[in-house]
Amino acid sequence: MDIKISGLSKSYGENRVLKNLNLTFPEKEITCIMGPSGCGKTTLLNILMGLTRPDQGTVEGVPKKKSAVFQEDRLCESFSAVSNVRLVCEKNIDDKKIISHLDRVGLKESCKKPVRELSGGMKRRVAIVRAILAPSEILFLDEPFKGLDEETKKATMKYVKENTKGRTVLMVTHNIEEAEAFGGRIIQLKKDI
Amino acid sequence: MTSTTRDNKDNRRHRIEKAGAVIFALSIWQMGAMLLNESLLLVTPLTVLRRLLTLCTEADFLSAVGFSFIRIVFGFLLGLLTASLLAVIAGRFYLAEVMFWPFMVTIKSVPVASFIILCLIWLSSQNLSTFISFLMVLPIVYTNMLQGIKSTDTKLLEMATVFQVGWPKRMKYIHLPHLKPYLISASSVSIGLSWKAGIAAEVIGIPDGSIGEKLYEAKVYLSSGDLFAWTLVIILISISFEKIFLRLLNSLFAKMEGS
Repeated sequence: MDIKISGLSKSYGENRVLKNLNLTFPEKEITCIMGPSGCGKTTLLNILMGLTRPDQGTVEGVPKKKSAVFQEDRLCESFSAVSNVRLVCEKNIDDKKIISHLDRVGLKESCKKPVRELSGGMKRRVAIVRAILAPSEILFLDEPFKGLDEETKKATMKYVKENTKGRTVLMVTHNIEEAEAFGGRIIQLKKDI
Repeated sequence: MTSTTRDNKDNRRHRIEKAGAVIFALSIWQMGAMLLNESLLLVTPLTVLRRLLTLCTEADFLSAVGFSFIRIVFGFLLGLLTASLLAVIAGRFYLAEVMFWPFMVTIKSVPVASFIILCLIWLSSQNLSTFISFLMVLPIVYTNMLQGIKSTDTKLLEMATVFQVGWPKRMKYIHLPHLKPYLISASSVSIGLSWKAGIAAEVIGIPDGSIGEKLYEAKVYLSSGDLFAWTLVIILISISFEKIFLRLLNSLFAKMEGS
């Protein structure tokens, strides 16, 4: 089922972020959302994730099972990367599977260390693996490759692309190359539309 | 490696400094007692040590220690559990926080002696120390835990909502690690307080076979040696229990985070 947004508006005080937005996100496809800072990309994702209530408008067709890479990593710092991924997975998930996924983004050596001991880029990759392995029908990716160096970014993008086939993906990015690399639809939001 | 070696050196230096300070304090005490030369007013540390060694060999020493330990520690643990539960409820429902407020303020501000005398009317003196240590622990742990619950990272809670994480996992991964420093700090403060208040309750209630009764007897027979020796026993038990309890708490958290 496609996700349909009709007449969506959201303001924070005097600051109008979204105004009468109408969009459709096709099921099982990647859609990249681009636009300048403050145009409401993250607000739109938050509304779709059910974290923010819109002032007006309706959202239909968002699957129940969601996963996300947030703008911040939002990891449980005192737990290991494996534990952080296990947190969002089903009970019977094998640690070997988690470790093999962490290995694919270059985190095998650090997968048992508390996350607080990892670098910013490593934490970002843990957050990505967590979103990928969570049992979900839709993935919300808010600037998922932020803070990764070029080489790591390429490998991580390949990993994400391979593991999101057949799932609905909404990705916020500032980088047109990232958006084009995923080959999906690109939506350009403008300020105060 | 270098940092660990420096840490070890620092720790050793701190220990030596502390040991030096204790020796200095004991020397002042010894000299003061020698100058006064009146054991009723101030006994020497050596006399206290001798009396303590004698006490340890007496038949009712262990039973008195056991009597007070069981009751005070039970009161502390009951207070810890109840306060944690009340804090969770208050953190979840604002109305509950408002309803609990007058009780907590009253318990915090009423002098412990007033509670002890009031409770002597309600309870048998045998269980008084349990109730008083429970009362002393309750507001401290409640306030700390509530503060911790209120400052839980909302971003992590949002993450848990999006991923539909169930409450047992939320407790293990988000709430408990966040509450750890609050719980440890509250426990550290309240263990000492529960011992002080519990023993005060025993001295006033004089239950048979308690440390409080021994202190009362020391007062009646003007035995400063016994008073100091029993005080030393209380301090040693309180500090040992605090160390063991906090170590246990830390290892439980470490085990949880490592699993």
